[in-house]
Amino acid sequence: MSILVYTENWDGKFKKLSFELVSYATGIAEMLNTTVTAVSIGKVDENELRKLGNFGANKIISINNDQLIALDSQSYTSVISEITQKEGAEVIIISNNNTGKALAPRLSVRLKAGIGSGVSRLPLNLNPFTVYKKVFSGNGYAHVVLKSDVKIITLAQNSFDLVETLNNTVIENVELTIDGSSLKTAVKDVQKQTGKILLTDAEIVVSGGRGMKSPDNWGPIEELAGLLGAATACSRPVSDEGWRPIGEHTGQTGKVIAPNLYIAVGISGAIQHLAGISGSKCIVAINTDKDAPIFEAADYGIVGDAFKVLPKLIEAVKEMKS
Amino acid sequence: MKILVCISNVPDTTTKIKFAEGNTLIDTTGIQWVINPWDELSLTRALELKDDAASGIKSVTVLHVGTATSEPTIRKALAIGADDAIRVNAESSDSWFVAFQIAEVVKKEQFDIIMCGIESSDYNGSVVGGMISEFLGIPSVSAVSGIRIENGQPVMTREIDGGKEVVTVPVPFVAIVQKGIAKEPRIAAMRGIMMARSKPVKLVEPVAVEPLTEIVVFEKPTPRAACKYIDADNPAQLIDLLQNEAKVI
Repeated sequence: MSILVYTENWDGKFKKLSFELVSYATGIAEMLNTTVTAVSIGKVDENELRKLGNFGANKIISINNDQLIALDSQSYTSVISEITQKEGAEVIIISNNNTGKALAPRLSVRLKAGIGSGVSRLPLNLNPFTVYKKVFSGNGYAHVVLKSDVKIITLAQNSFDLVETLNNTVIENVELTIDGSSLKTAVKDVQKQTGKILLTDAEIVVSGGRGMKSPDNWGPIEELAGLLGAATACSRPVSDEGWRPIGEHTGQTGKVIAPNLYIAVGISGAIQHLAGISGSKCIVAINTDKDAPIFEAADYGIVGDAFKVLPKLIEAVKEMKS
Repeated sequence: MKILVCISNVPDTTTKIKFAEGNTLIDTTGIQWVINPWDELSLTRALELKDDAASGIKSVTVLHVGTATSEPTIRKALAIGADDAIRVNAESSDSWFVAFQIAEVVKKEQFDIIMCGIESSDYNGSVVGGMISEFLGIPSVSAVSGIRIENGQPVMTREIDGGKEVVTVPVPFVAIVQKGIAKEPRIAAMRGIMMARSKPVKLVEPVAVEPLTEIVVFEKPTPRAACKYIDADNPAQLIDLLQNEAKVI
């Protein structure tokens, strides 16, 4: 019996969510008095793998196979479900991001395991096994009982703090032979930016809305984001207009994020936008309209013209840094 | 080729959700029900593909698991342009149950592309599409933000960290669709609304299967503390608060 964690790396470095997942799994392992096994697929060196041990992983299974470079949901499911069975894992922890959403449901069927998705706290109860998850895009939460023997939890990103737990970690490099004909996903083209902060991984996000008036006015947003080490985001009308890439759209139908700090500039705060950001630990709103709904969701607000406020804010950040 | 679009019936996204019966049920009073936003975009894209004769898409069917109360949502999908509909006549208990029912229907009827929204705006499960594909043992592509047909072969764009990938998988497969698949949801025209009345809705009885999960109680989110306002002429104070009070920078 153990807790299995599926970790993710980006260009050989673990994403922050991987450490969150391992911290969370260690929390459950303590409740169940068992151990944590982390699975890593991809080219990750030993130093990096060891970092998982800082958050409580007892065992790390590392798989580096050229045939698993692109995400093929069926073959990944086979690999993870075989490890689950071999390890006798009772609970699988996986992120509630795009990769998790691709794999968790397939694993669920393969292993006849009930899923709690978008979970943001440790289990509320072990018997029956009850998880706490978001419903109605943040307008409610549900206590969900998972009735199956094997359970899958997809963890909402940035919902669980990193907890350092030093454990003796064993690294096991596993060689796999994969039948090429079982790989169904053919990748024709990849467009990937490296070196940029991932929006879903970012601890600080600076976001612009229609109040920015034109795509040419994004300079101050990018400058502020650069100074704060933040990712940039935008509201739906802005991405619909093509002012910013679709991948920046934050909201119910776009990306759902939960950074430590979300700065909304010129965003009125429609309920659908709030659904995408309500998990943020601290929300700052800058808007000319004092009645804009964004101020109801915000912790700090400035009623004022973004084009006047942003330059002063940028100066203040520069001063703080110097 | 035939497309199946799975649709979920959800409260309008502007609804203020209330719970009833000791927080064990959704209070449905006054709720406006709509097609789940991602499913509506999937349907729009499926119809755009069918409109292009060169795509080889012959029909677009919508499938819903639910009781007769969701008929208006099914009719709306037909009014938007779906050719026909299938309703599995059951109260949906959990995603496992719903995905199982859809897979059972697909086993009997042939579809080449099965489209599902990446999540439903009610229970935010994000699992039905993936489960269907695994029940059927067919490929799935998740986070699909674009789909086109090239020489009879569906080609998809999917979102990955920091970018996009263009991928293909053999048919039949499940496309799990996110934002970007279509620009705006298609709106039903009067002619479509009239035609929808006579389009066939096939009723299928559910296959018995035990759900794996159960919601025992709901909670309202804890309200946030009131917003603290800072003078627009003094943003330095904001930086001070973020640094020393909220401790987030």
